[in-house]
Amino acid sequence: MDDLAMMERTVANTAVETDTKSPKISARDVQVYYGDNHAIKDVNVDIQDHTVTAFIGPSGCGKSTFLRCINRMNDTIDVARMEGTILIDGHDIYARDVDPVQLRARVGMVFQKPNPFPKSIYDNVAYGPRIHGLARNKAELDEIVEKSLRRGAIWDEVKDRLHAPGTGLSGGQQQRLCIARAVATEPEILLMDEPCSALDPIATELIENLISELRRNFAVIIVTHSMQQAARVSQKTAYFHLGNLVEYDDTDKIFTNPQDPRTENYITGRIG
Amino acid sequence: MISTTFLAVFGIAVLAYFTSHRRAVMIGGDRPAQLHSRPGQHGLLSAMWVLIVGWSVLVLGITLWAAIENASLTGLIQDRAPELNAIERELVLSDARSIASGGIASSTGELRSEVAAAVRSKESVRVWTTIVLALVLSVLAGWNIFRQVNTAFRARNRAERLTTWVLMAAAAVAVATTTGIVLSLISETVGFFSVLDWRIDKFLFGTNWTPLSGVHVGVLDPDRVGALPLFAGTLLITLIAMLVAVPVGLFAAIYLSDFAGPGLRAFAKPMLEILAGIPTVVYGFFAAITVAPWLRRFGEVTGLDIASESALAAGIVMGIMIIPFISSLSDDVINAVPQSLRDGSYGLGATKAETMRQVVLPAALPGIVSAVLLGISRAVGETMIVVMAAGQGANLTANPLEAVTTVTVQIVMLITGDTEATVAAGPAFSLGFTLFCMTLGMNIIAQRVVKKYREQYD
Repeated sequence: MDDLAMMERTVANTAVETDTKSPKISARDVQVYYGDNHAIKDVNVDIQDHTVTAFIGPSGCGKSTFLRCINRMNDTIDVARMEGTILIDGHDIYARDVDPVQLRARVGMVFQKPNPFPKSIYDNVAYGPRIHGLARNKAELDEIVEKSLRRGAIWDEVKDRLHAPGTGLSGGQQQRLCIARAVATEPEILLMDEPCSALDPIATELIENLISELRRNFAVIIVTHSMQQAARVSQKTAYFHLGNLVEYDDTDKIFTNPQDPRTENYITGRIG
Repeated sequence: MISTTFLAVFGIAVLAYFTSHRRAVMIGGDRPAQLHSRPGQHGLLSAMWVLIVGWSVLVLGITLWAAIENASLTGLIQDRAPELNAIERELVLSDARSIASGGIASSTGELRSEVAAAVRSKESVRVWTTIVLALVLSVLAGWNIFRQVNTAFRARNRAERLTTWVLMAAAAVAVATTTGIVLSLISETVGFFSVLDWRIDKFLFGTNWTPLSGVHVGVLDPDRVGALPLFAGTLLITLIAMLVAVPVGLFAAIYLSDFAGPGLRAFAKPMLEILAGIPTVVYGFFAAITVAPWLRRFGEVTGLDIASESALAAGIVMGIMIIPFISSLSDDVINAVPQSLRDGSYGLGATKAETMRQVVLPAALPGIVSAVLLGISRAVGETMIVVMAAGQGANLTANPLEAVTTVTVQIVMLITGDTEATVAAGPAFSLGFTLFCMTLGMNIIAQRVVKKYREQYD
């Protein structure tokens, strides 16, 4: 298992090298305030396309907050305020003419707790495509739903009960349904906020395999509390500490040869 | 006399509590942990037994025994004066009671004096026996626990078991009262229809509602109790009220829960709840004095013929009355839909409106439906507004600009009118029973619908 993950990573890193010139996401001097609380301080980071990037760090370090900046989910929280710039493909997503609703169609998100809508499995996946008018007719929609469920690695389990409620699935199946729902809108970037924290090891393994698959088509950013998970699935790792981005490098390097003592303390289990 | 005894029994209970408590403390000595139950639990058990036994005896004495006594006195009057009918016998008995207690009777006479003497002797036997029995038995009940107080005595378990029985009795009272009301509704309704030769069809579908016009000659004419205009009027006004209340209330709830800022929400929600606290009689004269004349003037200007008492005026004001119920309840259920569902929808690039329409509202639907149902049952049962603003004439019409009357208005007219309540009760109870069946049926249908279409989230 470990060897396999290692191999995967080596392959990925060569891919990343060729891509370094044009980062998919580029954040400069990002500050986030929740009321008076300065939650994110001076974060600068370049995130590559077709790469799994892991955000790790102790609770309350701001990794989820930063994740939510990338699709402007923090806009829905009244007290949150953001400064600095985040560019996706060179365009400032906080520019005045950017509609956060359209942005979120390009930057999909999977949450910590599986949150299928109280609708059928089919309607859950078809929700995004319907909203954005991605299908011209029923046949196209059926196709999108099937493709998304296959990408979510759940098609075989639900193909006979597409019209059963999505909330009737098990926790792991629900989370894969949510991933299928997120990829159905054909995003370019997929944000995952601790997607496995509510799941058992077997469901977690399924989701991790899925994440490695998803890298073919998307830039994936995953927030996780599990360092083993970060090591298994990601090619790049960013360590956050008290709102600062302390260290950002290749995953191998972070886990074998961290530069900052805070990172070292965290990954060796002395803090967090 | 008996009411003071209730207090006396309570005093005995207090006494029992402290004596048993003290005894338990003394038995416990310097090692109180050897007691199975705490001293307070021993005290509680003995006090509970005193209250239950003493008060039960007293309640039996003033209900069951009094009823038996009444029957035997009525029997006595029937023996002495067989020519009297039931109502006259009751009159004699109530006069005799007045004489016995030294009050003023409507008339006196040999029969009344004789019955008064019987009342006096029977009553004193009953009252004193009850009192003595209650006191003696409650003391015995308290002593029975007191003497058992011991390290091994399971006072806590027994007190807990006794408490469940008391709780069950309270639940039984609620159920029994409801059943009793329904049964009395049914029996009065059956009595009314038997007088009408079982012409239920005439009652349900007849259009002429003048139920009391033949009563002075002792006849209830099936042709005069057609209640269809009443049902139609109730339906019409309810419909108008819901047309006002459901959209306004629901939209207000949607705005307040997901679109309004926290400041506005903190101000508007209490305001809506104040609206719910205004007595309906105030809405009633608001409808009659402000809205109805305004509507009539509006009609004069536009050439519409709007009566000064109209279904429209009553319906609109009733709708305003119901808005806070629907908006407040809907706001609660919309807020109860988990934020994670909204986040999921926003995260897929849905707008607030799309999220509300396609995710939040379907998830909140069962709660919203029950809010609307509560609104409907309030509208159907509402009386004050319609009495003042809708009129009394039993008109069969679907035109909201004319005066109509409702089931509740006619019940008020029947019961508060000059006709004796016992005679007017028949039609009034039948109307009430029909109303009850309508709301019950509606609730059952709605619950089925909600169960079928509910989208469960967790």
